[in-house]
Amino acid sequence: MGLQAYLILAAVVFCIGLFGVITRRNTIGILLGIELMLNSVNINLVAFARYSGDVTGMVFTVFTICITVTEAALGLAIVILLFRVRRTVTADHLDLLKG
Amino acid sequence: MTGEALAFWGLAVILVGSALAVVLTKNLFHAVLWLALALTGTAGVFLLLDAEFLAAVQLLLYAGGIVTIVVFAIVVTERLVGERISQTSRRIAAGAIVAAGILAAVVSAVMERPLALERPPMESDLTQIIGETVMTRFVLPFELLAVLMLAGLMGAIYFARPDD
Repeated sequence: MGLQAYLILAAVVFCIGLFGVITRRNTIGILLGIELMLNSVNINLVAFARYSGDVTGMVFTVFTICITVTEAALGLAIVILLFRVRRTVTADHLDLLKG
Repeated sequence: MTGEALAFWGLAVILVGSALAVVLTKNLFHAVLWLALALTGTAGVFLLLDAEFLAAVQLLLYAGGIVTIVVFAIVVTERLVGERISQTSRRIAAGAIVAAGILAAVVSAVMERPLALERPPMESDLTQIIGETVMTRFVLPFELLAVLMLAGLMGAIYFARPDD
């Protein structure tokens, strides 16, 4: 299998995640889509690292995984806070800043 | 068909199928379980790319950590709102057009580049090399990452604390 196969697989997963981010109405559902997108980028990093023989990409994957976990914890804390204040997790109802 | 190609296609089917289920299923709780399968499939892809350490990190942090946090968030918001955790989608056509357009652009860009077909040989113990690289060349980003995680997790606790 060449590098192309891994890149295309990651692109497919990324676009599925993007579709989820656009179409989901529940805030937690949107976060799940973001997780899929970040996850597909990790596949790209590892594939490039393996096919170029350079371990740097794998080190960066460790960093992105840690940052993603932090992002998920913070994002879900914001969702819980939003829910406590507004009593909803539907993104359409969170339009406080709409003019 | 070699064993590697067979494993790749199997993992690709699992990964794409579970990713589609994450964005299409109505029940939010099921979506999280499908996400766990997708993340486990990604760990399999990492194994296929000789990155055993990353596969372990992926399972521990992603499939273990994130799925637990998301289930916790669903349970909290569900208990308070007291209604079914079904969810609907909107603007499906627009989302499909945008996603398909970006996919076509990325795939055409990937296809027209001459990309490597063969893997160069790497040293056998990648875990050791990753650890050494983190502790020498990338020690500053590593320490910054520690600060970022501390700040992020403290912020999460601050946001989610009970009112007093």
